[in-house]
Amino acid sequence: MELYHVELLSAALFAIGVYGVLARRNAVMILMSIELMLNAVNINAVAYAAFLDPSRLVGQVITIFVITVAAAEVALAMAIILRLYRARATANVDEADSMKW
Amino acid sequence: MDASAVAFTFLAVMVLGGAIGVVTTRNVAHAALFLLLSLVSVAGVFILLMAEFLALVQVLIYGGAITIVLLFALMLTRAEEFSNVRDNPQWAVAAVAALSFLGVMAGVILNNKLDTQELAGPSLEGLGTELFTNWVLPFEIASLVLLMALIGAIILARASDGQGQGDTLDPRSLTGTDGANDQTPEERS
Repeated sequence: MELYHVELLSAALFAIGVYGVLARRNAVMILMSIELMLNAVNINAVAYAAFLDPSRLVGQVITIFVITVAAAEVALAMAIILRLYRARATANVDEADSMKW
Repeated sequence: MDASAVAFTFLAVMVLGGAIGVVTTRNVAHAALFLLLSLVSVAGVFILLMAEFLALVQVLIYGGAITIVLLFALMLTRAEEFSNVRDNPQWAVAAVAALSFLGVMAGVILNNKLDTQELAGPSLEGLGTELFTNWVLPFEIASLVLLMALIGAIILARASDGQGQGDTLDPRSLTGTDGANDQTPEERS
């Protein structure tokens, strides 16, 4: 297992997340794709910490913060989606366009 | 191939297979379970990268909290559309964008193989010391972010009391035909 193997895994995971964000219409599916992208970033940070950083610490600390923000983001996003579903009876982002100019 | 390469290949297949399941399945509950598979496999990759603490955090927060929140929210909404979601018509553009991103990244990665040191990880003690000395201000800000997200989620998702019913979907307000029936007999006469 070399560094570039892990980097390729991370790039592939991020690309799948990009596809999900762009192609999905359901807000929950978009949220899951964003989680995939955040995990790709985490894999990259941990790999750099293990392979490149002499102290081997900074990447892991940053990963802890990314996981924290991801948890906060999911809680808020699910609250917004529940609210949207109650108000519009749909979770389709194409139909939630009342703020679009 | 040594043992770590075999384990890494297995885990990479699980991660990418779960991720492809997330973005292709039509059932949101299935997508959440695929997401769980992918995230737990990422925890395995963390173990291979000597980040045992992060692997534990990954399983606890992603497997134990985020996926459960997603499934709970799906149960609370009872949406029929969630068992058969449709994709955008622009999925072909999305596939091109994702593949071109992957192509660029693969080219950059394979043409710039960095000189690596021997694979090793920090001690848990060192991680904690670093987190509470050099990174203590971001740590405190992260706790503030979590607190505000918690309060915001409660306020947003709270069931509306009697006054707040106006923002829920009322079928009668859409048809507008039976509005007269809402009046009491005293008002009508």
